Amino acid sequence: MVCIGAGMCVLTVPKVFDQSEDEGIVVLLQDEPPQELEEAVRRAVTLCPSGAISIS
Amino acid sequence: MSELTMPMTRQRPLDPPEEVTRLRQGAEIHRMTFADGHLGWLVTGHAAARAVLAHPHFSNRPEISHPPLGSRLMSRELREEFKVPPGFFLRMDAPEHTRYRRLLTGQFTVRRMKMLEPRIEEITAARLDAMEAAGPPVDLVQEFALPIPSLVICELLGVPYEDRDQFQVDTKVLASLESGVEEAWGALGRISAYLYGLIQRKRAKPGDDLLSGLLEGGELSDDELTGVAFLLLVAGHETTANMLGLGTYALLTNPDQLAAMRDDPSVVDNGVEELMRYLTIIHLGPVRTAVEDVEIEGTLIKAGETVALHLPAANRDPSRYADGDRLDVTRPVTGHLGFGHGIHQCLGQQLARAEMRIAYAALLRRLPGLRLAVTPEEVPMRSDMSIYGVHRLPVTW
Repeated sequence: MVCIGAGMCVLTVPKVFDQSEDEGIVVLLQDEPPQELEEAVRRAVTLCPSGAISIS
Repeated sequence: MSELTMPMTRQRPLDPPEEVTRLRQGAEIHRMTFADGHLGWLVTGHAAARAVLAHPHFSNRPEISHPPLGSRLMSRELREEFKVPPGFFLRMDAPEHTRYRRLLTGQFTVRRMKMLEPRIEEITAARLDAMEAAGPPVDLVQEFALPIPSLVICELLGVPYEDRDQFQVDTKVLASLESGVEEAWGALGRISAYLYGLIQRKRAKPGDDLLSGLLEGGELSDDELTGVAFLLLVAGHETTANMLGLGTYALLTNPDQLAAMRDDPSVVDNGVEELMRYLTIIHLGPVRTAVEDVEIEGTLIKAGETVALHLPAANRDPSRYADGDRLDVTRPVTGHLGFGHGIHQCLGQQLARAEMRIAYAALLRRLPGLRLAVTPEEVPMRSDMSIYGVHRLPVTW
């Protein structure tokens, strides 16, 4: 699924997600976020409207 | 046939029709007869609504969908001719939709909207000055709720605010459930003609605005750009304006919730999300049509069947939000469907959030004694419009 630039991930965990300047597409700031952000990152995954982000 | 048709009658102005609430208690998905006789579905549950909106087997194209309400019934001839206008990506599917959305997402990022905040603050303060100069009492819709998003979207797009008479009347015609298809087409044609002319003028003399930027990007034809401009202008007007008008009505008739937001400004951000959930002004649709058989929450939806999503009911689903019929500006409220879900989720949601957060905080700070100037029953509700709200909101302070 593709990112549609809704910005939900940036709103939920700005330390982990950003949006590219030109296209507004998701940019990962850290691919192994610390433990304390895990819950917020999981929330961002479920909130993403287009299913563009996932946890592996 | 199903005996169920689109429930429309509300018993209380801020609650969905009781019929929908009753239906939701039994199941998430129900057989419903559409205005043209089509046997489709009505979704009342949160999980099912979310699943439909996210599923790639559901199309948003109007020419294959069936209308839940009679006023938008098309004749067979019109239906055969009907095509989505160029640039009107809200009613397109991927990958066609993706191309347009990609050109715009960069303009509506969280960061860009943050940069607009000082200007939104200025516009809001100026409207509050005007309100204080004009009243009390004043109509909060005309003086505050409508002008703030209208000024912001006009400035962002580069549409002269002085021209608003050329599109605000027709925007209303488009949003009215009582307008027939021909009438709505006429209004759409007039707004499009105005915007097409504006785009020609910008081509000759570009400005520092979103439409000029898209023109210079060179990826869209003038017809496509007209469709894009139309969507952004109309969406930027009717939505936030009604959230501000209806939300203020909801707070004034729930004084403890108003006090919670007024006395602790840190509550405002969450309060805005709760108002989005509780009010869900997109109260009659959206619809999606299955292009392949698909199973949603255990129900088989067959290819060709249209599904109407009752978002106000879904956003109060007790399996998702405990005591969902209560307005509680401090409740955890993530995952509401007030901005939709899936690839069509509101492009301008971060702009709308910024506008609502700033406008509510400023309104409650400047006019702490704000109250209705009429009884709650005298406030005319927008039951006749595709986007719910209040037609007028007489207030005093």
